[in-house]
Amino acid sequence: MIEKALKGSTGYWVWLLALLSIMAIGGLAYTQQFSYGLGITGMSRDVTWGVYISQFTFLVGVAAGGLMLVLPYYIHNYKEFGRIVILGEFMAIAAIVMCLMFILADLGQPMRALNVMLHPTPNSMLFWDMIVLNGYLFLNILCGWVVLQSEYKGVKYPKWVKPFIYLSIPWAISIHTVTAFLYCGLPGRHFWLTAILAPRFLASAFAAGPALLLIIALILKRNTKFDIGQTAKDKLVTIIGYAAMLNFFFLACEFFVAYYSNIPGHKHTLDYLFWGLGHGEQMYNNLVPYMRASVVMGLAGIALIFVARSKQSDGLLALSCALIFIAFWIDKGLGLVLGGFVPSPMEYVTEYVPSFQELAITAAIWATGFLVLTILYKVAISVKLEKDA
Amino acid sequence: MDSNRRDFLKLAGLTAVAGVAIPSAFGSLLKGEAMASGGPEPVAKTTGKRYGMVIDVKKFAENPGLAEKCINACHTNHNVPDFGNKKDEIKWIWVDSYEHVFPADSQYKRPDNLYKLPILTLCNHCDNPPCVRACPTKATFRKKDGIVGMDYHRCIGCRFCMAACPYGARSFNWRDPRGKDANGRPFIKAENPQYPTRMRGVVEKCNFCTERLAIGKIPACVEAAAEAKGLIFGDMNDPNAEISQVLKTTYTIQRNPALGTHPSLFYII
Repeated sequence: MIEKALKGSTGYWVWLLALLSIMAIGGLAYTQQFSYGLGITGMSRDVTWGVYISQFTFLVGVAAGGLMLVLPYYIHNYKEFGRIVILGEFMAIAAIVMCLMFILADLGQPMRALNVMLHPTPNSMLFWDMIVLNGYLFLNILCGWVVLQSEYKGVKYPKWVKPFIYLSIPWAISIHTVTAFLYCGLPGRHFWLTAILAPRFLASAFAAGPALLLIIALILKRNTKFDIGQTAKDKLVTIIGYAAMLNFFFLACEFFVAYYSNIPGHKHTLDYLFWGLGHGEQMYNNLVPYMRASVVMGLAGIALIFVARSKQSDGLLALSCALIFIAFWIDKGLGLVLGGFVPSPMEYVTEYVPSFQELAITAAIWATGFLVLTILYKVAISVKLEKDA
Repeated sequence: MDSNRRDFLKLAGLTAVAGVAIPSAFGSLLKGEAMASGGPEPVAKTTGKRYGMVIDVKKFAENPGLAEKCINACHTNHNVPDFGNKKDEIKWIWVDSYEHVFPADSQYKRPDNLYKLPILTLCNHCDNPPCVRACPTKATFRKKDGIVGMDYHRCIGCRFCMAACPYGARSFNWRDPRGKDANGRPFIKAENPQYPTRMRGVVEKCNFCTERLAIGKIPACVEAAAEAKGLIFGDMNDPNAEISQVLKTTYTIQRNPALGTHPSLFYII
């Protein structure tokens, strides 16, 4: 089946080549980081996690987003998702691969990464995150590949895979819950110390994941014969729209608690992210434009996605999905992790700006994810189209 | 019919098990909870050693340069590198101002000089350390004597402990501390062969001079402040220790005790 990835149009090879060149540049940057140390990044004593961990956090959501296709299809027998459920599973694989690479890129001693398994520590949420992420990767490879292979052979998938599919559903919830627990269990970090962090993560995941999937489906529709169908698209709009609204509801709850309770520690980070935080003579506000743009884009995306559905406009649909995806990428892939460090527990304000090498490595990991995604989707879509013909 | 009876029996069995197990599980959970938070007093074990330190800030205000002496003693003893910039900074013990050491403490009017006091800050060696909870490899751990230690050879450099520490006590080796700057000046001015240097990519912090305690010495900073009696160090579970006497007779405060970390550092302001 994998041989399907070896035959493609010129466009396919140009795309792969472009991804490989980004990976090469990032690979070079990583050799610099590996020999110099993490000091080559913009991180500092006060802002100890940067763009690597924030990308990781966001991508766990993209991975968990696959659930929104698996659950309706396998539990509620929603047949319209039959053609795209594999896309959800394969997207989860690519996203988890990126997550694991971002964690490795962030380690000061990557050669010791296996210490997490050699010295298992159940009281650490990072230990559990390692288990749920690797487990989810395994489940999606297994379920996705076995089901697709059966389709390729023209038979129904074997019965034994069904329990693994069912297991993957709560498992998807677990990956984002445990990832939220990395943050929300830390005393002294007020911004993260909120019980709705895991629900908020899940809401944004169930919007951003399917949004990316829908964008890719629309690209596929333009460039190949693969069409996911109008009914599936409409259903995805419902899922993305409501999940995105839930995310904003949770964000509004955070604002209420912080500003109505008027507890300084709870307000500081929101101040920093949305209005700027004054400290001494200096005003610190380098994330403000991004965070405000995130809210505007997210709300506009929600409004537009329903307009796009009623007008059945693919162009508008792609635009609204892009708005929602980028909005949540800013919210989680920038603000959530970086904001948590401002101000520091000793109430110092240190801003963080990623370095060139850091951005190159980040781009390379994204490129790797898209490479994995492209190859997997190439296989899946070739199989589907072959069956259609 | 047969299968119905079997289902019924299964269900009945499960219900019985659940009926017994769930309440008792809740019971034991709640009991544990009640024990763990039996009031505002710290619940630390009162048996065995538990090292602690009292920082008499007045003594440091009266003796300018004393805090720097303590910092130097610590940093030269432990081969703490000086990179000369804030971004890469590594510090085990340092001076900070009242508003940063006690940021949650608010008051309408305070003595003006309060905010100018040189307040020594270091790892709190919490009795309930969040950093130890967060570490995925047990590279940071709590010893039986209350000291929160670090294994530099096991640390993977994930910096989860730094996010977890509510006191900003931890530093990371962003670059090689054994290296030299552009002018050829080594980051560790004079290496002390009695204590290991670290490699890049690991976290470090104050270890209450556990290596000195092992050979019967007192911590380097305590020794440096001994003449002025700025730092009182000892086993808080020993009723005859000086620190126990001081804690019983003097009003001291801890940094952010509301977090339930039970710091082992006490301040006389």
